[in-house]
Amino acid sequence: MDDIIRIEDLVFEYKREDQLEPVRAVNDVSLEIERGSFTAIIGKNGSGKSTLAKNINALLLPSSGAVYVKGFNTADETKLWEIRQTAGMVFQNPDNQLVSSIVEDDVAFGPENLGVEPGEIRKRVDDSLYSVNMYEERKKAPHMLSGGQKQRIAIAGVIAMRPECIILDEPTAMLDPHGRYEVMEIIHKLHREGITILLITHFMEEAAKADRVIIMDDGQVVLDGTPAQVFRHADEIKALSLDVPFAVDLAHRLRKRGAEIPEDMINTEEMVDYIACRFK
Amino acid sequence: MQIQVKNLTHIYSEGMPYESVALTDISFEIAKGEFVGIIGHTGSGKSTLIQHLNGLLKPKSGSILIGGVAITGKDIKMRDIRRQIGLVFQYPEYQLFEETVHKDVAFGPLNLGLSQEEVDERVAEAIGLVGLNYEEIRDRSPFELSGGQKRRVAIAGVIAMKPQLLILDEPTAGLDPKAHADILQMVERIHEVQQNSIILVSHNMGDIARLADKVLVLDRGKLALTGTPAEVFRQADLLESLGLGLPPAAYMMRALRNKGVSVSMDILTIDEAEEELYRILTSRSNGENNIDWKNNT
Repeated sequence: MDDIIRIEDLVFEYKREDQLEPVRAVNDVSLEIERGSFTAIIGKNGSGKSTLAKNINALLLPSSGAVYVKGFNTADETKLWEIRQTAGMVFQNPDNQLVSSIVEDDVAFGPENLGVEPGEIRKRVDDSLYSVNMYEERKKAPHMLSGGQKQRIAIAGVIAMRPECIILDEPTAMLDPHGRYEVMEIIHKLHREGITILLITHFMEEAAKADRVIIMDDGQVVLDGTPAQVFRHADEIKALSLDVPFAVDLAHRLRKRGAEIPEDMINTEEMVDYIACRFK
Repeated sequence: MQIQVKNLTHIYSEGMPYESVALTDISFEIAKGEFVGIIGHTGSGKSTLIQHLNGLLKPKSGSILIGGVAITGKDIKMRDIRRQIGLVFQYPEYQLFEETVHKDVAFGPLNLGLSQEEVDERVAEAIGLVGLNYEEIRDRSPFELSGGQKRRVAIAGVIAMKPQLLILDEPTAGLDPKAHADILQMVERIHEVQQNSIILVSHNMGDIARLADKVLVLDRGKLALTGTPAEVFRQADLLESLGLGLPPAAYMMRALRNKGVSVSMDILTIDEAEEELYRILTSRSNGENNIDWKNNT
């Protein structure tokens, strides 16, 4: 198996002013992320998912253990650019990650810093903007755009670096349903084009559409598998103060009352098809 | 206290090149103790509307009556309006500013001119109502709290004013599932204890369906639809054309009906969906025919 990211016994600790003992945000996590896969990471606030993500593109470095991106150890400073170029990151708040006053300048920021030659930058900026359906808005000021549009610009800025992997930390948390839909469409499209996706989210319906779901709690991985394998543990997931997708919740309740519903129902569409079929 | 909004119209930057009509001829009423949900696409006028209700914006035309008094009149004191109507903005935790939680929550009541004793009493009560331990948290800096706690303190600052109408603009935005559920439970508790009217602005149709007595649907500054959750969410096609969705339970029931399974139109919550599907799944074994062939096109 070709793993683009390999995390070995990762521990990340930080000091808090009001506490003597360091806080252990990530506690002995080992994971491999397969090239081209779509992985969703869920967990309540403070479960360590964002800290884990920041360790992957060397925004944070392990207290112990190691993280390898495309074989490069994130602790190796000489490989910092390769690592960041391989694994780009998109954050929650669209207003905090746009740097220019014109959309296309913002998208060009990354490749300019990589020292890409101007003709190639032009091409990459245009390609990236087309890819997130924002080419028409290229001359606009980012603050005139909607949240979903801003978030797509942030994604375009990452794509312009030609990353093999994109890590998105709750990219839809501050968006309205329409903006959320727009951004998720783009993320799935990039995945189909071969980019490895690591999506941190609180929305279970988004996680249900991934290839793999990882649930974190208290700095550790507690569940890891396909959505069907993971969401089968509805009671455990709820005990971690998390939700399960609507269809999973409903199927689980009905099963408890003796109704016959297969274990692998994840999406509303699947459940509707199943029930409709049983009556034909 | 009843609230009446009559023919409200608002225009931003009137007479300027960027002039835009934000609200057009909005009329509705809120009865005492009613829980109202407002839904609408971003830019539909939700925020503009609620800012009129506590006098932050003045209408171009139309009027707002609170307990029979027109707050849109000229000689009305804003202070009198704001003690009756509390507005919790989106991400209210960004508005915390005091050194301690107690001082932050006390800011509003002190400005009402209440005695220190009564202020302290109200602060303790409000902090308890938002689900925090007053003694434990009163002297802490609001800035060292967790995100969910900060939001609760900010809401406590508004409910310490004991508003008769409490308006919450997306109070659960950006929270994790547990914090989301906790905040809504808190809203229900405040509603019960303070016996006030509530306006909840939300993109979460499931929450609106479960909590609201009445739903207002805004679209491009107009009131597109109003009614009980059951009445509003029955209009699935209209809502879809306005870029709005259905509560997950209603969405699933509609998908089932479209596939020819005859399920009730009035299912809005997961509890109701569970009962309905349980009825259907178990009645099948009794040999009943649940397919409504007429709709199965």
